[in-house]
Amino acid sequence: MKILLKGGRIVDPSQNLDGKMDLMIEDGRIVEIAKEIKKKASSELKIYELPGMIVAPGLIDMHVHLREPGYEYKETILTGCEAAVAGGFTSVACMPNTAPINDNRSITEFIIRKAAECGLANVYPLAAISKDSQGVNLAEFSEMKDAGAIGLSDDGKPVTNAALMRRALEYAHSLGLPVISHCEDTALSAGGLMNEGFVATELGLRGIPNSAEDVMVARDVILAGYTGTAVHICHVSTKGAAAIIGKAKKDGIKVTAETAPHYFTLSDEALRDYDVNLKVNPPLRTEEDRTAIRAALADGTIDVIATDHAPHARTDKEVEFEYAASGMIGLETSLALGLKLVAEGVLTISQLIEKMSVNPARILNLPKGTLTVGSDADITVFDPEKLWSVDTALFRSKSKNSPFQGWQMKGKALLTIVGGDVKYSEYED
Amino acid sequence: MKLAKKDILGIKDLSVEEINLILDTAESFVEISTREIKKVPTLRGKTVINLFFEASTRTRTSFEIAGKRLSADTINISASTSSVVKGETLVDTARNLEAMNPDIIVIRHSAAGAPHLLARMIRQSVINAGDGFHEHPTQALLDMMTIRNKKGGFGGLKVAICGDIAHSRVARSNIYGLKKMGAKVAVAGPATMMPRDMDKMGVEVHYHLEEAITDADIVMMLRIQTERQNQSIFPSLREYSSYFSLNKRNIGLAKKDVIVMHPGPVNRGVELSPDIADGPYSVILDQVTNGVAVRMALLYLVTGGES
Repeated sequence: MKILLKGGRIVDPSQNLDGKMDLMIEDGRIVEIAKEIKKKASSELKIYELPGMIVAPGLIDMHVHLREPGYEYKETILTGCEAAVAGGFTSVACMPNTAPINDNRSITEFIIRKAAECGLANVYPLAAISKDSQGVNLAEFSEMKDAGAIGLSDDGKPVTNAALMRRALEYAHSLGLPVISHCEDTALSAGGLMNEGFVATELGLRGIPNSAEDVMVARDVILAGYTGTAVHICHVSTKGAAAIIGKAKKDGIKVTAETAPHYFTLSDEALRDYDVNLKVNPPLRTEEDRTAIRAALADGTIDVIATDHAPHARTDKEVEFEYAASGMIGLETSLALGLKLVAEGVLTISQLIEKMSVNPARILNLPKGTLTVGSDADITVFDPEKLWSVDTALFRSKSKNSPFQGWQMKGKALLTIVGGDVKYSEYED
Repeated sequence: MKLAKKDILGIKDLSVEEINLILDTAESFVEISTREIKKVPTLRGKTVINLFFEASTRTRTSFEIAGKRLSADTINISASTSSVVKGETLVDTARNLEAMNPDIIVIRHSAAGAPHLLARMIRQSVINAGDGFHEHPTQALLDMMTIRNKKGGFGGLKVAICGDIAHSRVARSNIYGLKKMGAKVAVAGPATMMPRDMDKMGVEVHYHLEEAITDADIVMMLRIQTERQNQSIFPSLREYSSYFSLNKRNIGLAKKDVIVMHPGPVNRGVELSPDIADGPYSVILDQVTNGVAVRMALLYLVTGGES
């Protein structure tokens, strides 16, 4: 089956491409990009007329929790992939904090096999840094890499032991595996439920100080600089962390960073009604932090927008704020919130696609994030003007814990193509 | 005038008019508690459930007496938070109680925001009897009633609230209420017991007791939770009581006619020296008496009563 995408605006920052062009897909690959490709539709060729649409390299979310194995009541690889392609994502990297933890070959292989059976988005497992993510002994990086793991993280459980982190950086670097660090000093954040500041003071909730994040980011960039290795900082939420990363980059340290849509969209002011869907770790910070995160996205300090898609069932959330699980889903709202940054003049459309496709591919060493002729046909087509309102009841994700319920959004993926096959479409009759 | 609210979740949500309405109504109920037969039929046929997830003698008893003096049927449920975490959730408990058609649920819970969750779930009135470190509206109302009785009003008064501010719902509710009513509030406590951005609440922040109580009309001492010693929030009870206890010596810094308040239970010899707790400045027992009247007023007003 061949596919011809006609008349869309192709935006591919990997080759500085931005213009109205046609794109031809054959045998799972991109075979031609030209001003005009003239073909007739047939049983062999499907043509999509895409005036006003943006045709981009398939979006990549390098930070999701698919919950399988172990927490299938929250999400499965299948429902997570359905949410991904509906949100315009052709690839996701899934965190290892499943049950059991993905700290060995068999779990990595299980995830890859399950994802292949689903046949929707590409699923790239991230494996644990330490055995059982306990922060004591290194997990078997080489073997997990052989099994298909593409990076390492103890996400959710920061590596508190600096010596272990140093060893992880060194060993992983020699294998070409990126280390993705969840930066949190757990002694400083202990018992914390939301950002420490005026809102927490008024609400009587224990705070998580910015410093809990900042000191760990500082530690990790110092270790990366000292060992000459690379480190990727997860879900940056503070002004201080952004400043430390910015300085480290200037100093030539190989540090990259991501933030999540909620950190550039919301602040702790939103928590005044104790809405458990706003409980997330790191917490929503102050307006000052939110402004700094947007600036860090604009100036390139933050390379990636990743959702930290964290599905939780109603039973995990419909409890007192203190007992509610942390995290929010994001796969089906991320693109629209990213486009809001474009509408607000923070990013250009090209920069947005860099942060949602090109850069994550580069950091994870994936042969993705590009529309160059010959590459895999992973393509996201979206309407930047389409108005829609968030109704979590219609979400593909098994869990509904989105704080954006009821929001009016602008911009939506209409066609998600993975390896040349249409995996999500709002065009078919 | 009627109270236009279904729930009493915090002082922050109340207007000056509403606070005055509650205090005036409470005054009109004081007399009932002094009668030979301490009972009026006002809430006959109404059911009040006291749902306490945290140990409390004073507040629970006060609510129970308030309900009974108005002829409501009052039921006490003491649930331990741990069993709730393991088994039935607050939401399930709430739905089950709702199905039994009570009129008011009074809730005390260690988690801030729990009464708000309950109020969203059920159609009956919810009264917050203390949630975590967030609010304790009935305590602040009885404190304000006591201050109004003793001082004739609030305008121009300086109120010093001293102790563990970070972990105090009493402090927060009183700050909201007293500021709305026109008083000035100063807080004092060790820096480790002062929450971040406290000054943004519109209070003077001090780290020495003496500074806060100087020229104060009212000194409100908070109970120190002795178990917080283990969290490195203060070095020792001995050091705390040496520097943050109100005693015969430092009370001279306050106004001559100062009144001393405490939400109870008092750690005698820790935050209050016994001679102060039992001395002429103390209005601690007036607070307890007024507590019953304030709670009678709230039970009456949330069920649609008019002043």
